[in-house]
Amino acid sequence: MDDLKVKYLGQIGEAGDEATLEAIRLAAVGKKGEVSLKMRELGKMTPEERQVAGPALNALKNEITSALAAKKAALADAALDARLATEWLDVTLPARTRRVGSIHPISQVTEEVTAIFADMGFAVAEGPQIETDWYNFDALNIPGHHPARAEMDTFYTHRAEGDARPPHVLRTHTSPVQIRTMEKTGAPIRIICPGRVYRADYDQTHTPMFHQVEGLALGKDISMANLKWVLEEFFTAFFGTEVKTRFRASHFPFTEPSAEVDIQCSWEGGTVKVGEGDDWLEVLGSGMVHPKVLEAGGIDPQEYQGFAFGIGIDRLAMLKYGIPDLRAFFDSDLRWLRHYGFASLDQPTLHGGLNR
Amino acid sequence: MKFTLSWLKDHLDTTASVDEIVEALTDLGLEVEEVANPADRLTEFTLGKVVKAEKHPDADKLRVCQVATDEGEKQIICGAPNAREGITVVVCKPGMYIPGLDLTIKVGNIRGVESHGMMASEKELELSDEHDGIIELASGEVGDKFVDWLAENDPAKVDTMIEIAITPNRPDALGVRGIALDLAARGLGKMKPAKTASVEGLFDSPLSVSIDADAATDGCEVFAGRLIKGVKNGPSPQWLQDRLTAIGLRPISALVDITNFFTYDRNRPLHVFDADKVKGDLRVHRTKGGETLVGLDEKEYTFADGMVVISDDDGVESIGGIMGGLATGCTEATTNVFLEAAVWDLIQIAYTGRGLKVNSDARYRNERGIDPAYNMQAMDDATQMIIDLCGGEPSNLVVAGDVPDVSRAYKLDTDRVQSLVGMEIPAETQRATLTALGFVIEGDMAHVPSWRPDVRGEADLVEEVARVASLTKLEGKPMPRVTAGLPEQILSPMQKREQVARRTTASLGYNECVTYSFIDKAAAELFGGGDDATMLENPISSEMSHMRPSLLPGLLQAAARNQARGFNDMALFECGAVFHGGEPGEQENILTGILVGRTVGKDIHGESRGVDLYDAKADMEAILDALGAPTKLTYNRGTNGWWHPGRSAKVGLGPKKVLGAFGELHPKVLSEMNVKGPVVAFAIHLAEIPMPKKKSASRGAVTMADLQAVERDFAFVVDADVEAVNLVNAAAGADKALIDEVRVFDEFIGGSLGEGKKSLAITVRLQPTTTTLKEADIEAVAAKIVEKVSKATGGALRG
Repeated sequence: MDDLKVKYLGQIGEAGDEATLEAIRLAAVGKKGEVSLKMRELGKMTPEERQVAGPALNALKNEITSALAAKKAALADAALDARLATEWLDVTLPARTRRVGSIHPISQVTEEVTAIFADMGFAVAEGPQIETDWYNFDALNIPGHHPARAEMDTFYTHRAEGDARPPHVLRTHTSPVQIRTMEKTGAPIRIICPGRVYRADYDQTHTPMFHQVEGLALGKDISMANLKWVLEEFFTAFFGTEVKTRFRASHFPFTEPSAEVDIQCSWEGGTVKVGEGDDWLEVLGSGMVHPKVLEAGGIDPQEYQGFAFGIGIDRLAMLKYGIPDLRAFFDSDLRWLRHYGFASLDQPTLHGGLNR
Repeated sequence: MKFTLSWLKDHLDTTASVDEIVEALTDLGLEVEEVANPADRLTEFTLGKVVKAEKHPDADKLRVCQVATDEGEKQIICGAPNAREGITVVVCKPGMYIPGLDLTIKVGNIRGVESHGMMASEKELELSDEHDGIIELASGEVGDKFVDWLAENDPAKVDTMIEIAITPNRPDALGVRGIALDLAARGLGKMKPAKTASVEGLFDSPLSVSIDADAATDGCEVFAGRLIKGVKNGPSPQWLQDRLTAIGLRPISALVDITNFFTYDRNRPLHVFDADKVKGDLRVHRTKGGETLVGLDEKEYTFADGMVVISDDDGVESIGGIMGGLATGCTEATTNVFLEAAVWDLIQIAYTGRGLKVNSDARYRNERGIDPAYNMQAMDDATQMIIDLCGGEPSNLVVAGDVPDVSRAYKLDTDRVQSLVGMEIPAETQRATLTALGFVIEGDMAHVPSWRPDVRGEADLVEEVARVASLTKLEGKPMPRVTAGLPEQILSPMQKREQVARRTTASLGYNECVTYSFIDKAAAELFGGGDDATMLENPISSEMSHMRPSLLPGLLQAAARNQARGFNDMALFECGAVFHGGEPGEQENILTGILVGRTVGKDIHGESRGVDLYDAKADMEAILDALGAPTKLTYNRGTNGWWHPGRSAKVGLGPKKVLGAFGELHPKVLSEMNVKGPVVAFAIHLAEIPMPKKKSASRGAVTMADLQAVERDFAFVVDADVEAVNLVNAAAGADKALIDEVRVFDEFIGGSLGEGKKSLAITVRLQPTTTTLKEADIEAVAAKIVEKVSKATGGALRG
């Protein structure tokens, strides 16, 4: 029996393909194989002899079968390895092209601003971009003769002959949305109004269209000190670093008292860094809503008071993301869009951070 | 508004430094825009003395001077006629910058003789236009700094100029005295008493003044005048010229300079007529329209109906409160002058000024508001100055109308500063502040000074108090949440939808653009706009004349610009308003995307191909799906003219409800917009997609049948113009319960099928829910599908 074992295990070890292996299997453990024939002889043996030879034959059969299976797997592996070795591809060839889209900085910053103010309870209000002069001016305490009207570089829309109404305007600020919201919901109010605004001005630093976000909070006891807190919270969250503000007395027809707001910055190395240094950068106009404006919106100034502010979204984007030229915002140069744009999944949230 | 430090000190007794004053002004709301000191560019220059001056050996007009300086004796060649031994001069040494010449001095060699610097003239140091000789000082020692000498002997030449921005509410700060008053209230000094003159008339004015009834209302309140005869007009004294020059005005003559002085010193515009050129009396009245006047600026103005002017017997001589006429203006030859001080209605001034497009210092002040109570005193003050500088005898006053009474008072609630601004300021301080600003406090009422037309209510009192106390000191105070607990959802469903639309489109590979809302007329017309209703009256250029009717022209122009830069393939989108009319609200938010050129650039994987309408369709359907649009969309032909008529469709819900459109753009439109095609696009009317009706967030149970689904393929031969959707719908209708999906997977046109025929292959997925399908069941459904499709399309199963 040991002869058989040596013979077949030797043959299996040397077999080079599956056909040879099959032949060995038939010769050894096939129906007429040598081991099988030996097993048939077991019946002629004495019980004592059988007790010795039986298990031995079975063990031999198992050993040969296992060796056959192992060799078969080894041969298959070797064949696969040989095939894979021929399947070489140049991994440095370019990947399949996938278009990558982007979100414009104005949309991104608008969402950032919205996320921050939403947490402070401000809803988002919207209004028409073509406005009546009443909503854009009169209701905001800017009567027809007011010098501010001439200074705003207003775009007027055409009036058909015979239409005696004053021309409509392209809103020069998002402030008319304040009035529309007051009319619609009454006080108390907490809103921001982001959107496009228009002024007839075009040079290095001005474009005839830009974006503003207006803030309005009306309540029984909202003060300018609350405004300062809200703005400092906003700037700190927006720029991701603590930002101090400085209020300076100023004048806007629609607020009283009015303040220009500067944010802390440094000009080291010729670039502006917000939230550090000893310099101040003027960024927004604000104040306590003028009683006449409240009246225009149908709100009793004896009962309610509050603040309003307006800031440029494009300006915020330029400051935060170091974008140098306002005019490029509206040029749609692919190189600019890809460089300054944001990934579609970079949705700003407070819990996940405004930026990655 | 410009003024100088010394001018300010005429009114304000202060020891504050320029920096302190500048900081206080900005903080008070008088924002400083510029501070300029002529001394800043003269700090290097020192005094020298000419110890010897000899004729240049080779030039008759040049002298070789030996000049004592702080660095020893220097040899300087000089061509000035007054260069001579013994005079004290201003020395410019090699390496110094000469502002009036805009060059840096070097060691020179003039005809063989070395020159180590120069001696400056006033013009070379930008002190005056004087260039006849070098500066010759009557005092000073060698080595003294020239700026120190100037400060001591000619301070006007080194007077710091400050320019502030004036907000429309602060006309009082258009006079130096008003600015001083703000600073005094802040505590930066004490007001000096105003110089007031009292002039006795010596005779009656032969010239009278009147205001027509139509101009008395909302036109001219009071018109006062006086003749001063026997004046001698000429250059004004140096101090006055220096003042005006320092703030950028050109000195003209004493009489004119005096009116300019009052304009800036007291925010008090005045006018002087040459009385000998006035025919008859002066009359304030409204124009009938068509009258003309050549103004002092030598431009001709034509009046519209109802403007307020001053006329004599010859016609209009002055645009009341805005600008005098050239014909009756004062010249050096004027000997009899008629001085005018009037109070005009500021709204009328604003409209007349705007209508005539005329700007002047007088208009600027008269439309913002001057101090009416000063009108008569101004007559005497200005008369006195004329007599002092030009001599002459004053007449009695002639006056038409009355000085308006602008007195008013508001309740001063000293708690209001705390509740409105959030600053704690003691009541006594508040009253002191207002008093310092000229308010008169009586009990709890504050009477407003006549020079503050802006103060119109209690809130204005708060503003004054807070402003003077300084808002810089304001401390932030947390604003409590409206309700306790978590904030509610902030975005409206539409706002949320826009956000999702933007981000979905970007995730499909489109770059978001923000293009101008106005475009040129031709481009607007290509997309159904460009009519007068959406036209701007005053566009900034013809490229921006009409509100956009569509986002496509802006995106196509962006594509053209990028192609001009060498980028041919792109995917752009914009989400924003388009304008269907010129009324507020006639705007609609649209999402539009365009695909231009090839799907990808040159590509090793063979995936580069021209974009086609199915690319646009896929993206549009993906976006609509993300926005929650129903899945059963209908596609109708008959798109607008800017689409390819055969390769575009309106997408909707049934025949009437349109959600958007997609397809290839019309080649003519592309060529007009200079875009290299192909271009496919989609546009979605964001508000048209129905909002989901159900309130619950629950999605219901999912159905996932356990039984094996079966797929069967069919190919039908149909007429070439049969649309696939008809075939698919017919097949799906064969057994609505069993058929899960019908999908077209092949189209074959012509060939063996013959002209006008095509084969469409569909795969039908059958999903049993109760029992496993047997072959007979499948055969039965298949037969029904063939029957339905044949009936609906006239097609037959392909053999």
